[in-house]
Amino acid sequence: MKPFNQLTSLACPLPLENVDTDQLIPARFMKESRADGYGNFLLHDMRFNAGGEPQKSIFNTINNGNSGSSEVLVALRNFGGGSSREAAVYALVDFGFRCVIAPSFGDIFASNAVNNGLLPALVSEQDCEQLLEALAGELGQIDIDLAAQTITCEEITISFDINATWKLKLLNGWDDIDLTLAEAPKIATFREKYQKHYPWLG
Amino acid sequence: MAGKALFDKIWQAHEICQNEEGQSLLWVDLHLAHEGSFHAFNKLAERGQPVRHPECTICIADHYVPTTSRSLIAVQPKIRNVIQQLIDNSRHHGLTLIGLDDPRQGIVHVVGPEQGITQPGLLMVCGDSHTSTHGALGAFAFGIGASEVAHVLATQTLWQDKPKRMRITINGQLAPGVTAKDIALAWISRLGSDGARGYAIEYAGSVVRNLSVEARLTLCNLSIEGGGRCGMIAPDQKTIEYVKGRTYSPEGEALEQAVAYWQTLFSDDDAEFDREVVLRGEDIEPIVTWGVSPEDALPIGACVPDPTQASSPGKARQIQDSLDYMGLLPGQKLTEISVDRVFIGSCTNARIEDLRAAAAILQGKVCKVPGIVSPGSTLVKVQAEAEGLDKTFIDAGLEWRESGCSMCVGMNGDLIASGERCASTTNRNFKGRQGPGARTHLMSPAMVAAAALTGHLSDIRDILG
Ligand code: SF4
Repeated sequence: MKPFNQLTSLACPLPLENVDTDQLIPARFMKESRADGYGNFLLHDMRFNAGGEPQKSIFNTINNGNSGSSEVLVALRNFGGGSSREAAVYALVDFGFRCVIAPSFGDIFASNAVNNGLLPALVSEQDCEQLLEALAGELGQIDIDLAAQTITCEEITISFDINATWKLKLLNGWDDIDLTLAEAPKIATFREKYQKHYPWLG
Repeated sequence: MAGKALFDKIWQAHEICQNEEGQSLLWVDLHLAHEGSFHAFNKLAERGQPVRHPECTICIADHYVPTTSRSLIAVQPKIRNVIQQLIDNSRHHGLTLIGLDDPRQGIVHVVGPEQGITQPGLLMVCGDSHTSTHGALGAFAFGIGASEVAHVLATQTLWQDKPKRMRITINGQLAPGVTAKDIALAWISRLGSDGARGYAIEYAGSVVRNLSVEARLTLCNLSIEGGGRCGMIAPDQKTIEYVKGRTYSPEGEALEQAVAYWQTLFSDDDAEFDREVVLRGEDIEPIVTWGVSPEDALPIGACVPDPTQASSPGKARQIQDSLDYMGLLPGQKLTEISVDRVFIGSCTNARIEDLRAAAAILQGKVCKVPGIVSPGSTLVKVQAEAEGLDKTFIDAGLEWRESGCSMCVGMNGDLIASGERCASTTNRNFKGRQGPGARTHLMSPAMVAAAALTGHLSDIRDILG
């Protein structure tokens, strides 16, 4: 996984609460192979009408449209709640996002994000409103520093929260499976004790 | 030192070690896979990694299966491909498969408890957020993403931060017509759809004690709709009786040992909770959702919210957006909302008691709107047919289908048309959940049956008289 350190990009506002994973990627696209990328499915039903024609949406103007590329999404509370589908993160990542800023995230979404190198930056409701006000519905330059846990946009500098383990994982681009396989002796010792203690579990 | 909560006891039993930041590596007793797990199997294949403990994963076909027949012939190739991948992956890694044509097939969260796979004290995971269901039997069970599923397959463990503990106590008694679904919608509408984020929920109180095991499964199932990491209920005699004698449950001496342990799984009197929420059973009414999040729920006697009365401009915008999507007017009475169809199914409300509750309302009557009934498992279907419930549904004008996730998520093609309104026993009224443009109202099975009879959202208490 590519390490995440500092990021300077355009931020894209999505001033909505409860943008659940069903909206991030509607279920009908999840049978597709990832080989061709999931970027086109991101927020599909918000971006396209029933006939598949593009709607007026900021997402249709960035990252292949003509108003530049945005790697940072700013949204309101409970972003990525709902279904555990990691495909929601694939859609964000394949579309080009590397960071989502919000006052709260669905638990499962946030850990899926980290496992794919996408930073879920947790900010206060107030700071988030301030950020969205500064963006005023348009793209705006943003600087993110993961080590310092700060976000700078125009004159505003705010700090964000991130779980300490996730921060390390993102900074180093670590992969959990490798880390865990290194703990094999501890796991084996645990399992032996565990089986003695709970013999009916086989 | 304060006593331990049920959750702490199970967490501790599974903790292998901690990293420097305090995250714990946990042992996973059981992993349930379904067709949607193909991303995780692909990740494993990319790394050339084997499944570490094949005996600890059970594969169940539910998300994409057809409900009109048990044959894959008529199934759209891309959907067939996803179902086939589960079969191939289970064969390749030597995993137990409860496939499309297996008499035990059904929705993963219905099959687990039904087969005795789910047991008190277990740590269970599945790449599906409603894994919280299994907590009803006193397991610590939660949904995970594909990378985490791959991690479990490769190591049989998972890194987790210990959640905080929340206890939701429901005292008193429920009024007639009020169900576990209403309890869940009551607390979620009060706390918000992220109100329990970061918490492991324990449900307690006399109302919970008096709920049947199946109703408890419904209650725990919906924990994720309030953002909870998991939902659990301390196992009691009812739980033990329920688990005993099922295919995967321990027998003989092993059962005795297990039961002795299960009986230690409760929150000590002096256990501390990070948050306590107390509800009175008598205050809970039959509830329906009106918007696009399970938190948008109100008692059936209420009216659709008015954005001009909202507490903040942000809230007003949110309500207006929901009303636009749902095609509703501010102030409209909920009972005046007409529906186009109904759906009875899903891991939330398609166990035998749910089907009985719906059938009791429909008995000898004819529905005003069409709809489908998809039992939670093939065994539930067989049981319902033995009781003649299928006939009640069919005579009332509903379609009696095979078991699967079906219209809960529409992955198999069972969809609501754009703009159509559905009264549904499922768990998510998200935009597009039941199909692009579909409008979903969540409620209990009896309330869905009532809506089917009248053609509009209805108060079950008026029908019960
Ligand atoms: S019935 Fe719905 S919520 Fe339950 S497992 Fe299937 S898709 Fe998920």
